[in-house]
Amino acid sequence: MDILITGILLGGTYALIAMGLNLQYGVARIMNLANGEILVAGGYFAFIAYTSTQLSPLLTIFVVAPIAFGLNWLIYVLMLQPLVNRAKNRGQLEQDSILATFGLSFIGVGLMLSFFGGDYFSYSFMAVPVELLGNTFGANRVLSFVMAVVICGALYLWLNRSRAGLSIRAIATAPASARLVGIDVKTLSALAFALGGAVTAVGGALISTYLTLDASTGVVFTLKALIIVIMGGVGDVRGTIVAALLLGVLETVVASLLDPGLTLAAAYVMFLAILLFRPQGLFGKKPT
Amino acid sequence: MNRRPFLKLVSALTIAGALAANAASAETIRIGAVAPKTGPLAGGATVTQWPSIYLWVEQVNAAGGLTVDGEQMMIELIEYDDQTNPGETIKAVQRLATQDDAHFIIAPYGTGLNLAAAPLFDRYGYPQIAVSAITDQQAELAAKFPNMFFTLGTTTALAADVVKVLTDMRDAGQMGDKVAMVNVADAFGIELATAAKPLFEEAGFDIVYETSYPLGTQDLSPVIKGAAAAEPDAFVAWSYPPDTFGLTEQAMIENLDVKAFYTAVATPFPGYGARFGSAAEGVLGAGGVNPDSPAFMEYAAAHEAVTGAKPDYWASATTYASLEILGQSIEAVGLDREAVTAHLREATFDTILGPISFDENNSNADFWTVGQWQGGVFRGVASRGRDGTVPVILKDGWE
Amino acid sequence: MRNLILAALAFGICALLPFGDNGYWLGLGVTIAMFTTLATSWALFSGPTHYISLATAAFFGVGTYVTGLGIDTLPFWSLVGLAGLIGAVLAALVGLATLRLSGVYFVIFTLGLAELVRQVITWVQNNTGQKGLYVLTDLDEAGIYWWLLGLAAAVFLTGWLIGRSRLGFALRIIGDDETVAAHSGINTARAKILLFMVPGAVAAMTGAILAPRYVYIEPSLAFAPILSFQVVIMALLGGASRLWGPLVGVIPFTFLLETVSSNFPNQTTLVIGIAFLVIVYLLPNGFVGLLDRVLRRTKANEVQ
Repeated sequence: MDILITGILLGGTYALIAMGLNLQYGVARIMNLANGEILVAGGYFAFIAYTSTQLSPLLTIFVVAPIAFGLNWLIYVLMLQPLVNRAKNRGQLEQDSILATFGLSFIGVGLMLSFFGGDYFSYSFMAVPVELLGNTFGANRVLSFVMAVVICGALYLWLNRSRAGLSIRAIATAPASARLVGIDVKTLSALAFALGGAVTAVGGALISTYLTLDASTGVVFTLKALIIVIMGGVGDVRGTIVAALLLGVLETVVASLLDPGLTLAAAYVMFLAILLFRPQGLFGKKPT
Repeated sequence: MNRRPFLKLVSALTIAGALAANAASAETIRIGAVAPKTGPLAGGATVTQWPSIYLWVEQVNAAGGLTVDGEQMMIELIEYDDQTNPGETIKAVQRLATQDDAHFIIAPYGTGLNLAAAPLFDRYGYPQIAVSAITDQQAELAAKFPNMFFTLGTTTALAADVVKVLTDMRDAGQMGDKVAMVNVADAFGIELATAAKPLFEEAGFDIVYETSYPLGTQDLSPVIKGAAAAEPDAFVAWSYPPDTFGLTEQAMIENLDVKAFYTAVATPFPGYGARFGSAAEGVLGAGGVNPDSPAFMEYAAAHEAVTGAKPDYWASATTYASLEILGQSIEAVGLDREAVTAHLREATFDTILGPISFDENNSNADFWTVGQWQGGVFRGVASRGRDGTVPVILKDGWE
Repeated sequence: MRNLILAALAFGICALLPFGDNGYWLGLGVTIAMFTTLATSWALFSGPTHYISLATAAFFGVGTYVTGLGIDTLPFWSLVGLAGLIGAVLAALVGLATLRLSGVYFVIFTLGLAELVRQVITWVQNNTGQKGLYVLTDLDEAGIYWWLLGLAAAVFLTGWLIGRSRLGFALRIIGDDETVAAHSGINTARAKILLFMVPGAVAAMTGAILAPRYVYIEPSLAFAPILSFQVVIMALLGGASRLWGPLVGVIPFTFLLETVSSNFPNQTTLVIGIAFLVIVYLLPNGFVGLLDRVLRRTKANEVQ
């Protein structure tokens, strides 16, 4: 039981890491390798706000979200849309976007270095035990899990109930046909990309309450996020949540019962198994 | 095609070249420095390596430079980022030696990067006073690279003194003999764990929990929970910076009830004390200093005034001491690198850590090995030949 | 035939470099030889198949470990061969598992491969009580350079032979249209796996050759993921569609990196990032593409 809850809490962390990328990759078709840098930048904000003005990360996220939204909107419109327009096919766009966003991730690291320096940043926020079903857990992890539930829930409702959400889902499933039925693919792709960036940055702010980050750590999170998004199925909120939880539980089970040194190996075996048996992701629809 | 940007670049390069040539003709000592500003080791180098270099250069120049053959010479610092990539370290050292014509080069940061650079320091005849290169192979390495000097100690000494500190606590009846030992699965962690295990067994300790976790593990609670379930009297982690923080926070949350709690690298970082506050009280860690010595206090104050950050309580001061050694040697024998290397082997240097000299293996035999957070300061509790060790206190909860 | 002689001549001239300069330029020569080997072998696979492999760092790291673990017991040349063998087998396994999938899964899997292999290796190392790996040899910079040059020559020869073989023909069809290839009786999966073994083996051998240069083998340094990206950007800057394409990318990019890291020590990462973007936006098909465009235009002019 203890292992299960620990795993689910870790899954919440993973959902925060991966949800933004899911929107960006699923809808805007950009495999954003700079995702981790946005996350770290969100963490920086929370760190600075907390250490200089004692502002709780729970409030910081309301500042972080709009800034990240605007920034990512600009990145998409200025840098990525030209690639989308230029690409003759999906493969070309994938190749270009991998390289361009990898360049962006370097720029992100470089900017953070020159503004904040390369030092580790960590602070203590709600590092107190909480008792759940007879076991103790970090309050900051529990809090971030609750926030993950709120964010994922809101996204899910928005995507399934609102008109813009439906259009976005249409783009994720069939970008070419979406255009035919009068959906403004360009604007909505930018919207999805920007929203994804905002979610990632908020995730970073929440994660910084219990993880130690520095300017160069982004790539670690990008990698985890990519694996989760692919496992869950591209452009599928539900799939990402389930994949994140599965990964969290699997890693915790392996770490607790087998050996912490084998967590990543186990994660990869699961990743491969899913790819081989359900290449469209857990909930993905078979390509027609 | 627009030509102008290219022309601009060319003219900028020409100007830069002219400036460099100018600088070379003026009476300055060119000192090269290469260490990570980005990549996995950047976090550590930013705390430990770079600020001490800036501080030393600033202080020497403020005092009018180094006296070489009766003449005052200012220091010109040439710095490169090796991106925590040994290939880049090699290129940068080569550039410093052959293109920038540096008089001396400050040793890189980290065991791997120092060793990658060692053949070049050796070939070009630069003395390499390594700090953050902790290894048991000092004798072999010094035989192969006679210009390489070691200041921060050996892997086995670091591990053995932890065992000794715990043995003393046990023999004084302060705790039992059950130890939980974990390590990060990276070169440094593996080396320390391999060295420590037989020492613990020899000393009669019972290793009740033992595991490793990958570098960059996001959730360390399974490790701490596993350790807690084995009910150890002491917890020892051969850890790296992000996980040192992670393990401590989990131990607080789980209220891990041990009499001794040890985490390795980054425990002496000022950020550790700042983050955990009173919970850090009694935590043992790698390294240490004598924070009450006037020399260290003066250094710490200057460090903060010049770089805006506090030094760590271990390798920062040693890095600074290695530069003091280099400066004193230059003042003694001049800019001849061979003479400086020979002088390093023979002389005894007066540093902020106290006197330092190198033995027949080019090793400094006097260094700090274990420290402990006591009253908001990280104090050395075990050392090889250093003054100012204080008694160990018991870890008393996490409040 | 004339091309072969010219190439042999060029290699002969390159081999003389250590006699000219034994320091800085030889160091750059090692870097260029290393990236030429890696990027050319990368393009051998990725050029015709359009799969972007980010596995270079994984194979490279495996190679350094082969040397690191075996240097005390086996002669160096056998370790290089062994590394090639292990790299090829590992590549075959990875290919078997992922090359039937679409491109993007392959990209992500190969990106994570370095981290996976590194953790498995360190786990094994940890549980067998292996101490730090020191590679202390008498091999100097010039020796390493010649080894790499030899490997590069082997890669070019392999590429040239593949281009003339049935496999090469099959690959060209796969590259144009995989469905057509499958319908005309080509075992596409087998062809791709066979081809993927080339960069796998070559990267592992490169790692094995370079291990003595690093002296101390640390997992976090041996498996640094940035290597994979550098290889991709260099190969694409040159152009992956020709055998000599990557070489044209490696040389300017190495000098660019060198200029950046010596002039902007505090903004190296930032400037490299910008250089990446410039290449992606301004030279989408690399120098080969640029050359093709120029040639086409001059030809069109002549016709007029």
